[in-house]
Amino acid sequence: MMSEATVADTRRLNLKPQDLTDAYGPPSNFLEIDIFNPQTVGVGRARYTSYELRMRTNLPIFKLKESCVRRRYSDFEWLKNELERDSKIVVPPLPGKALKRQLPFRGDEGIFEESFIEERRQGLEQFINKIAGHPLAQNERCLHMFLQEEAIDRNYVPGKVRQ
Amino acid sequence: MSFFGFGQNAELELVLSDAESRRRAEHKTEEGKKEKYFLFYDGETVSGRVILTLKHPNKRLEHKGIKVEFIGQIELYYDRGNHHEFVSLVKDLARPGEFTQSQTFDFEFTHVEKPYESYTGQNVKLRYFLRATVSRRLNDVVKEMDIVVHTLSTYPELNSSIKMEVGIEDCLHIEFEYNKSKYHLKDVIVGKIYFLLVRIKIKHMEIDIIKRETTGTGPNVYHENDTIAKYEIMDGAPVRGESIPIRLFLAGYELTPTMRDINKKFSVRYYLNLVLIDEEERRYFKQQEVVLLRKGDIVRKSMSHQAAIASQLFEGTSSHAEARTPSQPAENNGRQ
Repeated sequence: MMSEATVADTRRLNLKPQDLTDAYGPPSNFLEIDIFNPQTVGVGRARYTSYELRMRTNLPIFKLKESCVRRRYSDFEWLKNELERDSKIVVPPLPGKALKRQLPFRGDEGIFEESFIEERRQGLEQFINKIAGHPLAQNERCLHMFLQEEAIDRNYVPGKVRQ
Repeated sequence: MSFFGFGQNAELELVLSDAESRRRAEHKTEEGKKEKYFLFYDGETVSGRVILTLKHPNKRLEHKGIKVEFIGQIELYYDRGNHHEFVSLVKDLARPGEFTQSQTFDFEFTHVEKPYESYTGQNVKLRYFLRATVSRRLNDVVKEMDIVVHTLSTYPELNSSIKMEVGIEDCLHIEFEYNKSKYHLKDVIVGKIYFLLVRIKIKHMEIDIIKRETTGTGPNVYHENDTIAKYEIMDGAPVRGESIPIRLFLAGYELTPTMRDINKKFSVRYYLNLVLIDEEERRYFKQQEVVLLRKGDIVRKSMSHQAAIASQLFEGTSSHAEARTPSQPAENNGRQ
């Protein structure tokens, strides 16, 4: 017996009960990228540091669910430029280029100083995790090549992954 | 404006005939202060008297006529010189002449049309007011009294719910539902958000009420957006299959009814903005217009009757809840 309701009906709308496999299953947004194991290779002027980049994910847009590649700082710069040109996202900043550290007559190891390499490693890890999680960046071929192919082909054809 | 100048002999006062019984409503002034004004509805008669007081009763007051006007006008802040009057009624109270003593003039504007609601916004103002004028050779004596007009709507017969599935392909799919598309100002928005696909890391979700005031026409259209409310409805990361309920009480916010193309000069529209924020502070949102209406005041039943209705509505959903009835005998009944 409903008299004219002078009080608003605030009952919840009909909710579909959640499937238990959905409720307790692994989340579908798993994406983790670790940057570790820095190694300095080469001699003299051609010396550089490269980092191991390991990616684990269950996002279907990535072809490989696990991948492991080696990348150097200039590869990250290349990726930043490609994304700034082709995608509409605001690309987060990279850790510094440290030009001062590359000048001669320094008291320390310059850019091969352990503490600097660790600082840079952390910055690169933050950078790549932010980008890889961005739905618009995930559409770019350059990101997939960077994360999952052994070598970066600088002559590649830029484009989108999804139609 | 009344002039309190040097040598001013006359003072005007406007008094409504039903000043004792008529309700007053709060309305924000342009400066943001809240003041109370007499409340009128469309079609109501506006009647009262103009009291002319001579400060120096020995001096004569020469004048070129006394009149009272009822005016409804729209004022665009960027174009203050041009007032757009959509209601303009005038009653002459006295022919040119002179006064030697204070006088009172009765007036009545019968069944005045007041088609729009009073509105004071960011870029535009719609107001109704009475203006009494004593015309003189050099400067007029003027007194204005603002009133507030509310427009009431009957409850719409057709008030369908809003239900939509939106998302980013392969990334985030949600189905949102709001129980109605037209709400009154003291209503409750009841809804739900159902997650079909979640491939991003969501941190929290909120619902915002956005007011959009549009002024100007053609190439000079200007939209002013104002977020009236932000209400968090979910904290944490949802997974597929989860439903998040929404219950947003509108009475707590400063809202006006939706106003569409008032006198072709301005509009005020409201939108619900559903915002999801992920762990990198990226925002995903879906905006949906809702129509707000002003309902006539409901006669208030007693509190216990309201509580009884509310508990009926609640218990209707949980069939196994045991309702305690007052007729159950108390345990220690009959003990000394």
